[in-house]
Amino acid sequence: MALLSPPGTGRRPARRRPGHRPRWTGLGFVSPFLIVFALVFLAPIAYSVYLSLYRDQLIGGNHFVGLDNYRQAFTDHEFWSGLGRVGLFLVIQVPVMLGLALLAALALDSGRLYGRNFFRVSIFLPYAVPAVVATLMWGFMYGNRFGLVASLNEHLHTSIPDPLGPRWVTAAIGNIVTWEFTGYNMLIFYAALRVIPEALYEAAEIDGAGQWRVITAVKLPAIRGALVIATVFSVIGTFQLFNEPSILKALAPNAISTYFTPNLYTYSLSFAGQQHNYAATVAIVMGLVTMAVAYTVQVRGMRKGA
Amino acid sequence: MTYIVRRRWAHAAAAAVAATLVLAACGSSDSGSGSGSAKAADGAAAAKAALAKGGTITVWAWEPTLKQVVADFQAAYPKVHVNLVNAGTGNDQYTALQNAVQAGKGVPDVAQVEYYALSQFALGKSLTDLGDYGAKSLSKTYSPGPWNAVNINGGVYGLPMDSGPMALFYNKKVFDTYKLPVPTTWEQYLDDARKLHKADPKAYITSDTGDAGLTTSLIWQAGGKPYTVDGTKVTVDFARDAGTAAYTKVWQQLVSEHLLAPVPGWSDQWYKGLGDGTIATLATGAWMPANFASGVKAAAGDWRAAPLPQWQTGAHAGAENGGSSLAVMKAGKNHDLAYAFLQYANQGPGVQARIKGGAFPATTADLNSPAFLDTTFPYFGGQQANRIFSDAAKDVLPGWSYLPYQVYANSIFNDTVGKAYVSGTSLTDGLRAWQDKSVAYGKQQGFGVG
Repeated sequence: MALLSPPGTGRRPARRRPGHRPRWTGLGFVSPFLIVFALVFLAPIAYSVYLSLYRDQLIGGNHFVGLDNYRQAFTDHEFWSGLGRVGLFLVIQVPVMLGLALLAALALDSGRLYGRNFFRVSIFLPYAVPAVVATLMWGFMYGNRFGLVASLNEHLHTSIPDPLGPRWVTAAIGNIVTWEFTGYNMLIFYAALRVIPEALYEAAEIDGAGQWRVITAVKLPAIRGALVIATVFSVIGTFQLFNEPSILKALAPNAISTYFTPNLYTYSLSFAGQQHNYAATVAIVMGLVTMAVAYTVQVRGMRKGA
Repeated sequence: MTYIVRRRWAHAAAAAVAATLVLAACGSSDSGSGSGSAKAADGAAAAKAALAKGGTITVWAWEPTLKQVVADFQAAYPKVHVNLVNAGTGNDQYTALQNAVQAGKGVPDVAQVEYYALSQFALGKSLTDLGDYGAKSLSKTYSPGPWNAVNINGGVYGLPMDSGPMALFYNKKVFDTYKLPVPTTWEQYLDDARKLHKADPKAYITSDTGDAGLTTSLIWQAGGKPYTVDGTKVTVDFARDAGTAAYTKVWQQLVSEHLLAPVPGWSDQWYKGLGDGTIATLATGAWMPANFASGVKAAAGDWRAAPLPQWQTGAHAGAENGGSSLAVMKAGKNHDLAYAFLQYANQGPGVQARIKGGAFPATTADLNSPAFLDTTFPYFGGQQANRIFSDAAKDVLPGWSYLPYQVYANSIFNDTVGKAYVSGTSLTDGLRAWQDKSVAYGKQQGFGVG
């Protein structure tokens, strides 16, 4: 940054005069941003925190309860079971999805793939399908009565377990999410791979490195930043899982509970139970957990890269 | 996070409503009398005046025959315009309605609210007490079941639109094919279920994936009273309820032996199953024929109505399932015109139009009229089905009540009792879990729950 400083920066201390108030001028320039930021970002968070300190009852009305809602959240079996489910989802689905995305990106980048553009577009295409449509489509295929699974079972005389049963439904949702977002992550990786300087490959070739060696020693270290970013996005996306279970719930009402994921739980609390205060509390706790995990991933990922 | 913003609107709206009420109070004092009957007369006059003056009201309802009523109403009162909006069926609409009430914006003037949900909305102060319009005098107009359901804590919070005395609808073609007797007891029903599924593994006696409305209605029919409500004192007890035990004894066998089609009600698969004979019976409210005629055209002529099977041989016990009222929303803009519409649809000429469309009325005069009883249903092969429904209405057991937060309780039914349909949990354990959660929620909401 120092190299980029405009000429004249060095004279700045001499320009400070008593009575001059550069701070307020600056504030004037950023205030349009600050006002919008405060309105759409800080105010809702502040209001959530405010809500989380109250309890509005059908009988008895609204009153201040201090940290009672938080105390309740920490002993709430349903909240923790939802969090546990997305946690499990995180450690299984995210690595699988990112692994597939990385594999696809490396294959595209290798230059040995026939019909590269076709593959790039077709792997990315699911991301362009709205999540609601994608889920409905998969929901139909999962149907073991009239759907694809039913047809397979009938024609091949197999007995595929019901993907929408309580045992497999989490995996079934993982499959949908993987299908939806592998292409998106692939594109991030592929873009990062494209900007690696040719010189590095030439150097590797001169050193006699094979393809595998190029991947591990040149490509992967070079796209570490992209890997970390994709992981952070996936962590956040996983904790916010809502669309897929919410839509599949209509097809599998007994396998997907109202507290299947923390987001679904917040939604149920708020709109079915009218517990807006407790829903705000759960949302805040969930936001903090997400921030903590995403931050840990970022710090660890970047430290290794340094 | 949008609800946060909506909440602020709610406060503003609440203030606005309060201000309006104060103004209204000032206005009515001019008439000189504060007594209830004078107020009611004022209200009735105001509703009449609103019809002449005209205006626009929005009605949220999913009931199919209302379309005709709205058309007739607009023809009779040319200055009035009614926006009929289908904002979803049952719970979906309640969610939308609760959101709108919270937001204080986009609240309809009139909403269809099922009887089981009415007290939750009344308790939440979302509805207008129609006593001010003289609705209290209508006690003889409606049959006792629905009338009790709209009377909450001394107020009248809706006019009954239809009622749902339960009957058994069965596909006669399927029953004839497999030579099954039409069941008169639930034990016989279980027997039929076994025979049918054995004869055709794709066919089921009925579909059920855990439906709070059906379960509570069948427990009601079995004489159960798991809920008692006394003001803000509530008890929930499925564990020691005899009716519940009778229900679980039979239904558990249907579940355990996989005799119920795992198809959620009102889904595309469900309509398909009703049409192609893979779902052979349906125990539900007498409002169903209109839905059959519009949604299951494929099986016209195949279906018949029969009295609901009994839990005890030779008994005559019935229960209500579903049934709705139309209620005037407090946050709506035109209460007078809204009430005028309610009167037209649920008390006036609208009732006949709806009966013609296949709806089942809640008005005693119509329920007992020869024209109504003699109506033949082409869909049911010319059967005079209303005779069965009318008897069913007389058999409804008195004394049942829903929780004042039944909408929420029903929303967690599949979390608890639903487990019995997909795992080794028994219905009894599921109901026990439902009870515990309902009690916990009630306590949290400030009810005295035992």
